[in-house]
Amino acid sequence: MSATLPVARPAVGETGELPVLRERGPREVFCGLTGIVWLHRKIQDAFFLVVGSRTCAHLLQSAAGVMIFAEPRFATAILQDRDLAGMADCNDELDRLVRRLLERRPDVKLLFLVGSCPSEVIKLDLSKAAERLSVAHAGRVRVLAYSASGIETTFTQGEDACLRALVPELPGLGADERSLLVAGALPEIVEDQLARLFAGLGIAPVNFLPPRRAGALPPVGPGTRVLLAQPFLNETARALEARGAELVEAPYPFGAEGTHAWLGAAARAWGVADERLETVTAAPRERARRAVARARARLEGRRISFLPDSQLEIPLARFLAEECGMQLVEVGVPHLDRRLMAHELPRLPESVRLSEGQHVDRQLDRLRADRPDLTVCGLGLANPLEAEGLRTKWSIELVFSPVHGFEQAGDLAELFARPLERFERLAV
Amino acid sequence: MELTLWTYEGPPHVGAMRVATSVEGVHYALHAPQGDTYADLLFTMIERRKQRPSVTFTTFQARDLGGDTAELAKATIRDVVERFEPRVLLVGESCTAELIQDVPGALAEGMGLPVPVVALDLPAYSKKENWGAAETFLRLVRTLLSPLAPAPGEERPPRPEGRRPRANLLGPSSLGFRCRDDVVEVRRLLESIGVEVGVVAPEGATPEDLLRIPEADVNVCLYPEVAHSTCAWLRRTFRQPTVETVPIGVGATRDFLHEVARLTGVEVGDAASPERARLPWYSRSVDSTYLTGKRVFVFGDATHAMAAARVATEELGFRVVGLGTYSREFAREVRACAERLGVEALVTDDYLEVEAQVAELRPELVLGTQMERHVAKRLGIPCAVISAPVHVQDFPARHSPQMGFEGANVLFDTWIHPLTMGLEEHLLAMFREDFEFHDEAPASHLAAEAGAAAAGAPAPAAAPDAVPEPAVAWEGDAERELKKIPFFVRGKARRNTERFAEERGVRTITLETLYDAKAHFGR
Repeated sequence: MSATLPVARPAVGETGELPVLRERGPREVFCGLTGIVWLHRKIQDAFFLVVGSRTCAHLLQSAAGVMIFAEPRFATAILQDRDLAGMADCNDELDRLVRRLLERRPDVKLLFLVGSCPSEVIKLDLSKAAERLSVAHAGRVRVLAYSASGIETTFTQGEDACLRALVPELPGLGADERSLLVAGALPEIVEDQLARLFAGLGIAPVNFLPPRRAGALPPVGPGTRVLLAQPFLNETARALEARGAELVEAPYPFGAEGTHAWLGAAARAWGVADERLETVTAAPRERARRAVARARARLEGRRISFLPDSQLEIPLARFLAEECGMQLVEVGVPHLDRRLMAHELPRLPESVRLSEGQHVDRQLDRLRADRPDLTVCGLGLANPLEAEGLRTKWSIELVFSPVHGFEQAGDLAELFARPLERFERLAV
Repeated sequence: MELTLWTYEGPPHVGAMRVATSVEGVHYALHAPQGDTYADLLFTMIERRKQRPSVTFTTFQARDLGGDTAELAKATIRDVVERFEPRVLLVGESCTAELIQDVPGALAEGMGLPVPVVALDLPAYSKKENWGAAETFLRLVRTLLSPLAPAPGEERPPRPEGRRPRANLLGPSSLGFRCRDDVVEVRRLLESIGVEVGVVAPEGATPEDLLRIPEADVNVCLYPEVAHSTCAWLRRTFRQPTVETVPIGVGATRDFLHEVARLTGVEVGDAASPERARLPWYSRSVDSTYLTGKRVFVFGDATHAMAAARVATEELGFRVVGLGTYSREFAREVRACAERLGVEALVTDDYLEVEAQVAELRPELVLGTQMERHVAKRLGIPCAVISAPVHVQDFPARHSPQMGFEGANVLFDTWIHPLTMGLEEHLLAMFREDFEFHDEAPASHLAAEAGAAAAGAPAPAAAPDAVPEPAVAWEGDAERELKKIPFFVRGKARRNTERFAEERGVRTITLETLYDAKAHFGR
């Protein structure tokens, strides 16, 4: 196998930019539907109805089943042979299922019809269906549509598509008002911590997208400054810009330095003095550094590779290189978004091998040749790689656990240190 | 369209993945969009497989749809053959690929590949996982064995002189329920009557092993959901008889031994009652008296549900109050089994329907799948898992078969342990007014800590058996009497009494009503 190993150096890219190895082929990634697993917990009165196949339903329960198994606020309308015969029938069927669903769940205020691979391929118009159902259930529930199909979205792009669908619903911000809008689903505890920091900086009002309840949609307008908490919200950012909002470009709030820079960008956009930023952030930043230092002992000098998965790879790699002293071997992303990564890419060391897209078998060949100390990868690959003697960190945990901000910086570093520590502890 | 919260089975191509992954040297080229790779985690996380499943996804995207997805499928197939050098190649498509009609199986057959190609046609919008596994196994076996089939009317050659009778074990597969341990037990059973095991397939077999299937005297159809159609084909084509009994439970294990013995001409002898079969004595020992007539609800795949119903009634003395399956392919058999037990079978893959029936029947024990485990948990009913769909817990580190005599021992333990134990039940009843012995009291040896915790805790939550806004009122005496009933059955007594009152238009529950209801529901 190693005899035919392709040369692993990426082609030199445009001047001043890191070269990128671009690949196509079989991928080992989730589709955007997976985002429903955390979005339905986040927006507490929303329901997600996937219009798709048994595969979609099975994906959702397999991705979710590893972690939760409560009565979910999501379901799948499974297309069957007879639905594929005629479109009118499909819409009637959908109306019937939505009626049944709303009877069963009177607590639901916002219903998302979520497009899938099959619904996209048969060109079932879910936006139109959402309009029709919104009228039919007016005053009771708002119905929106977005596509999280695997042919269009990779993993976290599902959240982007969902938030993008919310943007036209946001109320307008008064002409002479301003606001800060933090976009990206965050655990509530993290939102509360960040809200306290913004309050300390004198930035107000601060709203979060998605909101915790469908009735609390944040306003948007020309006075809105958008700060992305997650690095995968390209479409949402564009839609907010189309409503007059201005994007505050920044690194992402991972680690002591990432969080400081992120808050700093917001502070500058708001006209907050540097001294105030330093005063407000000094204590938590120091606390974060101390917390990271504990894990750093285990991470420093260790080599790490990221397989493409959540789009969090570049900011996390930056954090691990800058604040934990790790050596980046390969950092793979599903797709390289230069705009959203503008403040992250320059902070990566030049020696990194940046790859975009995936040919999973070739990537595994490179990984086996590299043999990094730690590989960040999806659930389908982790155990097989462990069995080959490679230490791994499941990437999905990085999307599900609180990792943003100063107070989580230590936990974030710890997530990477734990597999290494475990390996050292075990004597079997 | 069908509204689904949870699904008992995945799509049919996942069944094909299970077979492809089970048989060494087989690879599955699957025409599918990105995201369908989620199924890999079932194998690597739930089953903790050390290798990736033997499947490669073509991973087409929206931008490919305008172009040539068929070309992409062919390129992937070529890559798979080159990289994995499979000895048999399975080619198929997932639900989305079925819609774009590239027919990759036919494409592969036309590519002049240096390996046998099995083209799979698994209709994703009408069929499900187990059907997909069965169909894939059948296609694989047929492709390899058809050239070896004897001419019609040709006699089956006699067993070679001096060779022991031989049985194949067909059906164990990746992600099947306890297959690993069942195979060990069934092998032990067969050896105890002098029958050797030929091929075990699909799990752990190679394509070369599959070629040896016709050498055995019988095929044991261990998991009919996966192997039924293959066994039927082998019976027709190679005139190999099928052992139909699935040896789950002591009675079925004995029947199984007798069936094998009859078909292979050996004697069962003492092997039908070995020392290690503990269930019969455990079930007869006096402590088990309290199991008599316990009301159980059974749901699972057809094989495990029917087997559990038999063990529950004949070997543990329970009463089956509900029996159902999601395996529509075996609906007839399950209906017949339910009829013998005097109940109506629930044949459905709608989890909500199963939940509703459990809630209505209020059994004392649920024997079900991971879905029913969650239903039971919500309803506060003890539960044991007897069937796929599986979770990581269903692949225990220890030996834990369902089949054979050891399997019966395992069933005894795993079904009985969730229940309140016999003497415990009496003690609870005897001391129900003891100050340390009620539903809100902590265990006495933990009282000090629990007391401290309670002191700092907010106001205590309502008692677990409190029901908001009862439709009928309770008279003081009746309410006080209810409190004397042991707490673990009090909720049920309250609900039953209220239901009884409501059905009779009684507005106020008196002592009389309480005991009328007890007499009505008592067994």
